[in-house]
Amino acid sequence: MIEMFNVNKIYQTKKGSNHVLRDLHLRIDQGEKVGILGRNGAGKSTTIRLLSGAELPTSGKIVRNMSVSWPLAFGGAFQGTLTGRDNLRFICRIYGRDISEALDFVQSFAELGAYFDEPVKHYSSGMRARLAFAISLVIEFDCFLIDEIVAVGDSRFHEKCHVELFEKRIDRSFVIVSHDVEYVRRHCDRAYVLRDGAMHGFEDLDAAFRYYIEGVMH
Amino acid sequence: MIDFGDLAKSFTIQRRVIWALFLREVLTRYGRHNIGFLWLFLEPMIFTLGITTFWTLTKAVHGSSLPIVPFAITGYSSVLMWRNMPGRLAKAVEPNIGLMHHRNVRLIDIYLARLLLEIGGVTMSFMFLTVFFWGIDWLTLPEDPLQVIGGWLLIIWFGVGLAFTIGSASERSEVFERLWHPATYFIFPLSGAAFIVDALPKTMQMIVLWLPMVHCVEIIREGFFGSAFTAHYNAAYVIVVNAVITLFGLINTLKVSNRIILE
Repeated sequence: MIEMFNVNKIYQTKKGSNHVLRDLHLRIDQGEKVGILGRNGAGKSTTIRLLSGAELPTSGKIVRNMSVSWPLAFGGAFQGTLTGRDNLRFICRIYGRDISEALDFVQSFAELGAYFDEPVKHYSSGMRARLAFAISLVIEFDCFLIDEIVAVGDSRFHEKCHVELFEKRIDRSFVIVSHDVEYVRRHCDRAYVLRDGAMHGFEDLDAAFRYYIEGVMH
Repeated sequence: MIDFGDLAKSFTIQRRVIWALFLREVLTRYGRHNIGFLWLFLEPMIFTLGITTFWTLTKAVHGSSLPIVPFAITGYSSVLMWRNMPGRLAKAVEPNIGLMHHRNVRLIDIYLARLLLEIGGVTMSFMFLTVFFWGIDWLTLPEDPLQVIGGWLLIIWFGVGLAFTIGSASERSEVFERLWHPATYFIFPLSGAAFIVDALPKTMQMIVLWLPMVHCVEIIREGFFGSAFTAHYNAAYVIVVNAVITLFGLINTLKVSNRIILE
C-alpha cells in the first residue's frame, strides 16, 4: 500500500515559489492498477517522483508499505560513464539483488549486444530505456510506476514488455501516469485526474475520463 | 518511539547503498585498468621526495635537527585530508543526480561514499609512505603510534566536518564554491604542513593556532618524533571545532538534500 496524506510540493524558482501539487490525497493498494491522468505540466512527473520516494514532499505525509520502482523505462537513473553491465551491478547492489542471476535476463531482454559493455552515455535513448526496463524487471518491485506510455523499441519488443509486465506481473500494483485515456482504460481499474495541481479521485473510470476530457476542453 | 527493528533494517540498507556507491566511485575515478589508483601514492610521494631534497640541501643553513622525511610525510598527508575531502563534496549533486532516482540513494550516502574513498586512499598512502621510507632507512617508526592514530583520527574528523560544510554550502551558493578553491591556497602555507609551531614567533603562533589542522599536525608529529621538538596543541579545541562544523554541515546537507530537484 502507498498512501499520500495532504501532500504539497512547492518548488523554489527564480520568479518565486511554484506550488506544483496541492493537498494531495491518494491511496494505492497491493495489486491495484491505478491511472493518473493529466495534461502536460499538471504535475504528473512530480507525483511519480514523490510516489517513488526520489523526492520528498514540501509538507504532508507519504506512507509506503511496498517496494516501488523508479519510473519504468526511465533511462535517467544511470551513471553515464559506466557500462550497462556496471550499472546493472550497481543497481543490484543498491537493492540487494543477486547479480549473477540478473545478468542473463537483462542481457537477453535488453538486446544490447556488445553495447552492454560500453558506457551508457553512448547509448541511444531506446537502448537506455530497454536497459532500464530490463533492470526494473529483475529487481522485482511490488509496485511499478509507469510514466507515459512505455514506447520502447519496435512492436516485437513492445509485446515482450507487455507480457513481462501485464501478464507475468499482473499480481503487482501499477501506477500509470498518462495523458492517453485509451491506455489508461486498457490497463487500469480506477483513475485519478490531476488538474491544476489538485488530485481528483474516481472509483469509476468513465467518470474520471469525463472529468478529464471536460478539463482538457476548457 | 523508536522501532529498533526498523532502525536495523534502515542501517542495513544504508550500508548496502554506501558500499555500492563506494565501488562505483572507485570504478569511475580509477577505472578498471589504468594506473589512476597509483596516483594516490605517487602524488604525496613526489611531494615528500621534493621536500626532503630541498630540506637536505638547505639543512646546513637552518641547522635544524628535525627528521625531515617524517616531517614532510605527516605534513602533506594532513593537507590531503583537509583539502581533498571538501573538494570531493563541492558540487557533488549534479553529476550524481540520476542515481538519486533510486529512493535509497540520498545525498548523504553519496557524500559518505566519497569521503570513505578519500579517507581510505589518503590513510593508505600515509601508511605506505611511512613503511616505504622506513624500509629504506629514511625514517624511524613513530615513538608513540597511538598518538599518531589519535591525531590522524582528529584530522579525518575535521576533514569530514569541513567537507559537509563546504559541500552543502557549494550547492546553495555559487560564489562560495568559487571562493573556497583559492582559499585553500592561502590556508595551505598556514596549515602546519611546512612548519612546526615552536619555530614561529609568539604572535604568529597565536594566529596559526586558530586553525584546527595545525593542532592535528602537531599531535601527529609529537607521536612521530616528539623527543625532537616541543609540540603546541589543544585537542579539546579541535574536538569542539570538529563537533560544531560537523553538526552545522550535516544540518545544511539535510536541507540541500530535501530540496534536490530531479530531472
